[in-house]
Amino acid sequence: MTLGISVPAGLELIKAVQFHKSFGLISVLNGIDLTIKSGEVHAILGENGAGKSTLVKLLSGFENLSSGSISVQPLDSEDAGDLLERPIWNQRIAEAQKVILIHQEFNLIDELTVAENMFLGAERLRHFSVLGLRFLDRPGMDEIASKYLSILKSNVAPSDKVGSLSVAEKQLVEIAKALSKTPRVLILDEPTAVLTEQESLVLFTRIKELRSNGVAVVFISHKLEEIAALADRVTIIRDGNQVGCYKVSELSKDEMAKLMVGRELSKLFPSIPAPTSKTDLAMSVSVLEIENNAPISFELKKGEILGFAGLVGSGRSALMEALVGLRTAKRKVVFIKGAEIFIKNLAEARSNNITYLTKDRKGRGLFLEKTAAFNFSLFALKQFSHWFLDAKTELKAFLRAVNLFDVRVKDLEAGVSRLSGGNQQKLLIAKMLETAPEIIIFDEPTRGIDIGTKSQIYRLLVELTQKGCAIIILSSDMNEIIGLSHRVAVMRDGQLVGILEGEDINDVEIMRYATGLKKKHYED
Amino acid sequence: MEYVNLKSIGPFIALALIFLLGVLVNEAFLSSGNLVNILARSAFIGIVAIGATFVITAGGIDLSVGSMAAFISGCMILLMNVLFQSINSIPIIICIAVLASIAMGLVAGLINGLLTTKARIEAFIVTLGTMGIYRSLVTFMADGGTLSLSFTVNDVYSSVYYGDFLGIPYPVWVFSSLAGIAYILMNKTIFGRHLFAVGSSEKVALYSAIDTEKIKILAFMIQGFCVSIATIIYVPRLGSASGQTGVLWELEAIAAVIIGGTALKGGYGRIWGTVAGALILTLIGNILNLTDMVSNYLNGAVQGLIIIAAVVIEQKNDGQVKS
Repeated sequence: MTLGISVPAGLELIKAVQFHKSFGLISVLNGIDLTIKSGEVHAILGENGAGKSTLVKLLSGFENLSSGSISVQPLDSEDAGDLLERPIWNQRIAEAQKVILIHQEFNLIDELTVAENMFLGAERLRHFSVLGLRFLDRPGMDEIASKYLSILKSNVAPSDKVGSLSVAEKQLVEIAKALSKTPRVLILDEPTAVLTEQESLVLFTRIKELRSNGVAVVFISHKLEEIAALADRVTIIRDGNQVGCYKVSELSKDEMAKLMVGRELSKLFPSIPAPTSKTDLAMSVSVLEIENNAPISFELKKGEILGFAGLVGSGRSALMEALVGLRTAKRKVVFIKGAEIFIKNLAEARSNNITYLTKDRKGRGLFLEKTAAFNFSLFALKQFSHWFLDAKTELKAFLRAVNLFDVRVKDLEAGVSRLSGGNQQKLLIAKMLETAPEIIIFDEPTRGIDIGTKSQIYRLLVELTQKGCAIIILSSDMNEIIGLSHRVAVMRDGQLVGILEGEDINDVEIMRYATGLKKKHYED
Repeated sequence: MEYVNLKSIGPFIALALIFLLGVLVNEAFLSSGNLVNILARSAFIGIVAIGATFVITAGGIDLSVGSMAAFISGCMILLMNVLFQSINSIPIIICIAVLASIAMGLVAGLINGLLTTKARIEAFIVTLGTMGIYRSLVTFMADGGTLSLSFTVNDVYSSVYYGDFLGIPYPVWVFSSLAGIAYILMNKTIFGRHLFAVGSSEKVALYSAIDTEKIKILAFMIQGFCVSIATIIYVPRLGSASGQTGVLWELEAIAAVIIGGTALKGGYGRIWGTVAGALILTLIGNILNLTDMVSNYLNGAVQGLIIIAAVVIEQKNDGQVKS
């Protein structure tokens, strides 16, 4: 079965001329030119907030242009230069022209099945009718759905409820849905942000297939390796301005990063100083037992960064949520400074100077429709209140934190859904660190954010350890775990299968433990 | 920035316009007697609606308030009639009944709150259930008829509704001071901030170390407290309660909240907006009474139009904020 519509390669399919977009007084894009050709993978690269998502929303008709024009090759023509200007360009016309966008945020309905979601608004009907009414062709839809899912090597069944799927599985459903519309131009907004490496590789194989069929793939990513491996051309934008369009083969990753950031990038991972003390324990978890898993124990030293590695679904987040009281634990024995502490909920974790930053910053970390200031002060509200809230202290703390963590808030009155992923993440960090915790658990601290912000966050982690904080990071980015951790705990199926130190911290060794090839036995 | 202001002052502009309409329609409208009457009448719905603002801001809804008011009225009357047999001092009887009323309101709110949080039943369903229960209990207590307060007690108690201080009736004092306290609670305290958070997203609230269940239960208890206060000033007005007492109060209270600009989906509450909403609803009835142009029977229709218009305007504003 072929994916997408077959088009001769090298044909200009979409031409964007001087795209401008502003929201109110805030200008997001200032004159972007872009030509998308059939049979190419065209990457769009830029820091968080550079305007990448806005650009692809304009291309796919989800947002209206403030000024500029868009021309599209007619569906029935294969002659070069036949591009037709489209004064009216919206989502429906774009879809009819087979320009399909896969959003960064999912547009799936949790209560419906995978197949129902895939055919939402384009349901297939049975051939016969009763009294002029035609019924849904469920078996037919299920069949097509499962075909596209199997192309993506997904184990999801068409009859599964979307609500029961993991984030990565949902992403694959979105991609299958887009493929079922036989796209001519397929636009993916950071598709790999939530995928594991294996899942990403399957996706890349499909993208290459699409490309060889003549489909144009527009691809947003922060990951320079991905762009280098996959894309033919890359358009780089910075602060809403076009830096340029380049052949990927003519750029090194370093050059790409430089063009994107507009300054010399210092080394991504800062040098990690050894823990301030070899023996001083910040926390000792002697028993932590959740669900039916074997009890887990580990220790955390002051000034240490302890990485938690593992495949998706290895139970790292559940473990940490149980530790801080967001989930129930069967048994939990935790010591801080030699004294046993009891944590029934996150508030008690907070009073023990422990904080947990969720990986789900949009669903659990921040109120998207509330302002940055509202979000910021919520976790540390007691600090701003003597009987009544003190708006002045609160505002002062907010401004200081925004400055300290470099959160770029353009409109103080707007909801934080407007902020880029990186700025949202920095705001979440500011929120959870305002209580000055000593033990900080970061769950996927840099997922879906650009390289500049990443390196900011890494430097922040090191600063925190220098102040004596103990840090746990959970990450599916292997480089991050290796680049930052003093020790690496590896989890598999809810078990702690090994704690690696020194030379052992490398991707081969970590993968051995994560996949079950190797397992350490601990004695008390 | 202008749209934010428009959104918050919208209900007050509407209130001013309707007030102006009243002035134009009939000169009797501006008489101090009529104005005081409007304020006093809006106090019941207004006080209940202040409580509803808390529940709705927390992402809940309480349909039981009208029946709860009727039930508490009935209990107060029965209690006072019984106490009248044994206690001589009528002020003491009234004080006991008032305290009992507040306790009942708090307990009723607690029950609604526990059922929505601990038993995890939708607030709509829970309060639909308790609404039916209280309504039928009061009808049962009155044996299908009316419960009347002993005349001797009512003679003293009636001053709570009809009496005044500085020319302003007590219900208006109660209404305005309650609104002031509610405003401070909602906008100047940690509890208020947590209320907005829980109504905005329970998950995020949980991950911000907020005890979401406690906040929701407290919101329902505040609602119960407000209902009991409304009942305390409502009982002396007629000195009786029946199966018809407080019918449709829940809808009028919710209407006042919505007109006032509080989001029905939760996360955003406005006390002074609610006060304006309650005044608007009472004003409409009053103006229709003073004019022949529109039949008084169309009161409900006009109120309905205003509610829909309020939401349409609010949504338009929302759109501006987002785009």
